Amino acid sequence: MIASIAGNELRRLFLSPLAWSLLAVMQLLLGWLFLVQIETFLELQPRLAALENPPGITELVAMPLFDSAAVILMLLVPLLSMGLFSREFLNGTFSLLLTSPVSMTSLVVGKYLALLATLAIMLLLVALMPLSLLLGGSLDLGTLSAGLLGLALTLAAYGAVGLFLSSLSRQPAIAAIGSYGVLLLLWIINLAGSGRGSALFGQLAISSHFHRLLSGLVVSSDLFYFALLIVTCLILTIRRLDTLRSDG
Amino acid sequence: MEPLIKTEGLYRYFAGFCAVRDVSFELQRGEVLGFLGPNGAGKSTTMRILSGALAPSGGQVRLDGIDLLERPIEAKASLGYLPENPPLYRDLTVDEYLRFCARLRRVPRSRRAKALQQAKRRCGLEGSGRRLIGNLSKGYQQRVGIAQAIIHEPKLVILDEPTNGLDPNQIREIRGLIRELTETQGIILSTHILPEVQAVCDRVLILHAGRLVFSERLENLRQHHRSDLLIQTGNPLEPAALGELPGVRRASPLGDNRFRLQLDDDADPGVIAEYAVEKGWRLHELCPEQQGLEQIFTRLTTTESIQ
Repeated sequence: MIASIAGNELRRLFLSPLAWSLLAVMQLLLGWLFLVQIETFLELQPRLAALENPPGITELVAMPLFDSAAVILMLLVPLLSMGLFSREFLNGTFSLLLTSPVSMTSLVVGKYLALLATLAIMLLLVALMPLSLLLGGSLDLGTLSAGLLGLALTLAAYGAVGLFLSSLSRQPAIAAIGSYGVLLLLWIINLAGSGRGSALFGQLAISSHFHRLLSGLVVSSDLFYFALLIVTCLILTIRRLDTLRSDG
Repeated sequence: MEPLIKTEGLYRYFAGFCAVRDVSFELQRGEVLGFLGPNGAGKSTTMRILSGALAPSGGQVRLDGIDLLERPIEAKASLGYLPENPPLYRDLTVDEYLRFCARLRRVPRSRRAKALQQAKRRCGLEGSGRRLIGNLSKGYQQRVGIAQAIIHEPKLVILDEPTNGLDPNQIREIRGLIRELTETQGIILSTHILPEVQAVCDRVLILHAGRLVFSERLENLRQHHRSDLLIQTGNPLEPAALGELPGVRRASPLGDNRFRLQLDDDADPGVIAEYAVEKGWRLHELCPEQQGLEQIFTRLTTTESIQ
């Protein structure tokens, strides 16, 4: 059942030009940034050779690329997720799902899996760029996979937030704006001061956990943070849809 | 045998406003139930509750003996629902959409292709399988909506205003389809078109201001009003002359040589016709009064609305 829902969602995502254009825009922007990073690296290379323990191409090209990808995708993922539920509300198709013998949980999980599949395609496109450097050089594959894991978890978290916001509104645009608000806040919330409370804000921010993974450190508390954020959003979505049934 | 649907004391409030108040009824297998009521009477709300799309504030719904609130997934398996606006994905083709619906309604994989063919055949969609739903006309979209509701051969089909916005030919086709469905399924139909109810329904429920104000089998309704006859003659008559007719209890003039005759229960209209010819009244019209349902509807939904 979950597979049917996910399959239908994925099919409709790619039947509309939305997913394709988002992929194209993402690839254009990140391709440009990738080339800029390579150029910078080539300029720096003679000076790096003089250093005792120089940073490699993974640290200087792949990681900045992933960092920019996380910011650019923060702007693109809400556009992908905004329609997941709000468009069903708007078109009245939600009553089809509601009157079918399907639980809210499989509905939400099915839709989320479809979104994850799309995000996986995005991730693959991003990962292929630094991996292409293997043709002419060597990469620190350990750091690279930690960075990729960080980007994957960040995208999954964006998707979960977007899914929840989409279940709150009949208007896709409002769902997208809401997602921007929440995601940007979660991204910059660690900028707050340096007092006693700021450690908490650091814990709340997506960016602080993501940057630790980008530096090549895989810490279980970071993985736990992402899992918690995703599961919370999914449960909130299920609760929201149940309330919708009882409140009209 | 367990009735196909049984509701007890349904209530539904929207932010303090009571949309459905103490609605209880039953539907037996193979019956067509017509929901009537003015706009805003709570028809759609009741149907949304029956279909499981909306939880009632109070009361119980049992579909085929299974409680809709306690075991929703099992109960919904025997249900097909067409809301007022058909729930269609406009960017899918008819086949893609119906295949998804079949999976959603848990039609086993081995039977899906057959179920798809059958639903399309019943709804006259054989040639439209590869067309985009968004490009279909309103009538065809409505058919896809009905196909969606019957693809898993549910025991109960709920149709909310299925002929809304269709042209007369399409309405006739949809009614034919509904009649075909009654052979195998129980149907609940909401509408505010009275002739539609008379054309297809076995039983009528009238809702007014959220209350169930009338519930009767249509054949009983016909019997009630069989005793009224309209007569029009070419020659002017006195009501007294009509009163002499065999089996006539009372004759009331309607003007222009028309009279309403109230008959005894065992009166034979044929005898009246013969009598009128014998007397040389030049009979122009003699017909049973057809407006039974309409009268009831008007009486129940206008006088009480003041309360």
